[in-house]
Amino acid sequence: METRVKMSTENTPQPNSLAGVAAARVREPGSAPLGSGLEARGVHAWFGSHLALENVSLDFAAGTVTALIGPSGCGKSTFIRTLNRMHEFIPSAAMAGEVLLDGKDIYASGTDVTRIRLQIGMVFQKPNPFPSMTIGENVLAGLKLAQIKYDGNKDDLMEETLTRAGLWNEVKDRLSAHAGGLSGGQQQRLCIARSLAVNPKVLLMDEPCSALDPGSTLRIEDTISQLSKTMTIVIVTHNMPQAARVSDYTAFFLADGGPGQMIEVGPTNEMFSRPKDQRTENYVSGRFG
Amino acid sequence: MSSTLIERVLPEKRALTTKPRPSDVAFRTVLNVMSYSSLLILAAIGGFLAFRGFGAFKENGFGFITHAEWSSIVGDNGKEVSSFGMGAMITGTLIIATIALFIGVPLSVLTALFLTFYAPERLKRALVTVVDLMASFPSILYGIWGFIVLAPMATYWAKLVYKYLGWIPFLSVPSPAFDRSPFLAGIVLSIMIIPIVTSVSREIFAQTPLERIQAAYALGATRWGMIRAVALPFGASGVVGGAMLGLGRALGETVAVYSVLNIVFKINWHILYGYGGNIASMIVQKFGEASFTEKKALLAAGFVLFVMTLLVNMVANTVVSRAVKSGK
Repeated sequence: METRVKMSTENTPQPNSLAGVAAARVREPGSAPLGSGLEARGVHAWFGSHLALENVSLDFAAGTVTALIGPSGCGKSTFIRTLNRMHEFIPSAAMAGEVLLDGKDIYASGTDVTRIRLQIGMVFQKPNPFPSMTIGENVLAGLKLAQIKYDGNKDDLMEETLTRAGLWNEVKDRLSAHAGGLSGGQQQRLCIARSLAVNPKVLLMDEPCSALDPGSTLRIEDTISQLSKTMTIVIVTHNMPQAARVSDYTAFFLADGGPGQMIEVGPTNEMFSRPKDQRTENYVSGRFG
Repeated sequence: MSSTLIERVLPEKRALTTKPRPSDVAFRTVLNVMSYSSLLILAAIGGFLAFRGFGAFKENGFGFITHAEWSSIVGDNGKEVSSFGMGAMITGTLIIATIALFIGVPLSVLTALFLTFYAPERLKRALVTVVDLMASFPSILYGIWGFIVLAPMATYWAKLVYKYLGWIPFLSVPSPAFDRSPFLAGIVLSIMIIPIVTSVSREIFAQTPLERIQAAYALGATRWGMIRAVALPFGASGVVGGAMLGLGRALGETVAVYSVLNIVFKINWHILYGYGGNIASMIVQKFGEASFTEKKALLAAGFVLFVMTLLVNMVANTVVSRAVKSGK
């Protein structure tokens, strides 16, 4: 947390402007060698006969953080759930278009959905650790659930993922305690650690801080910036300062009476300082939503 | 800090009253009468059984529970010589109920898992209706079906089990008589407890929190992985409660067991062997031609059964309601 505050004061020309904060964070796609790319091509999504999302194409370059912003009901959560095939989990849900991971369509017939979800992890709005498991078991739950034989040392894996999720120091002495005893913020970081343990290439986060207090929120944001060095992150957020703080790119979604659409995408600093579309301008300046 | 220094004067608490309207009073009275009447009837039956059976408890003492012999002979001098013990029937009841649970519970839990997590919506609705229908099916029909259709098959299965697992003490038989065994009665009962165990388990599994299911799937869980890590731990106590409700039914089942079981007053631990006992069916068998003293003993037996089923059902209800409430 110390470093986070220091970083933003050092690099921010205008401390109170979102655009200024974001400007400090932009990285060009491809400048980070690790991770991998995810591309959405003409994604449509339905619930029954209701078209919820229309024709969204978006690139998530390797090693970048992309924030999806927009008012409630604009389809951003639906969109993020199409990226790891959690959308089809809802009965009557349908989709069209393609989602490519390393150039391969994850919706191609004959694809093993569980393998896709191993490579594209997800963190939900509400922390959801498994209450019947201990903290340690929660971290390793993915291996067990997906029936993976892990060759390495599981204790090392546990320490590594918990460290990456910024939780190790708080829980290292009580790994065998039940996860229900943790605070909301700790539970959410535990969920992040749990996602990391299966070593995904992409991490999707659906409003990961909306159920948390400001302190916990900052810690999670810290975790996100640490993680972005090694993986691709997509985050849905209602909190625009958060989008500005953590993301390299921002995509603005809007449902103007009809299905949700992506209005505009660009480097986060540009989206907040000089958006091309008037509707984006209205939203980021707080005129609606 | 202490309250002795400054005496705080608090006003007296007021009684919170309201004047009910006559219609409300009337409705409430009706509800009270109705809801207490079932409790009253239950207590009256229990009291009647205990009162009328008391003599048998007194004459036979603790042996009424432990002894296996049940005889009533009118001697040469015209006096009735009797000795009543329920040992064989109590053990028989427990053995048959255990067999029923052993077969019925896994079947029901797997059915419930299929209905909750695998079955397509239309098939699910059809299957739920069928399973619920099984609960309202008269038990004499299970009995007849068990006697005519199932018995020959069960005899064959019993022979198979004996052939391969006969070295296990309770699966051995003193002589090759496999007809009308506790094993057969247990199978018939296991079918009869499927509806209750299935519907309780299904209700619990359906309450598995969606966020936990999603969490599992998002981690790349297979459906089986999700069920093992999320649904089963969540539903475990509910399944136990459902099984105990099934046990309650299995303990008290009368006609179906009476139709298929060879009732003999001798404790039989060989479940494949062709005789056994069950309190309820024993009462049915004996009651019609019982003498006065024997009737008393049968009522006492009824009281024992009453207490057993009541206890099991009470425990089961507590377990189920706790499972539902805690939502663990």
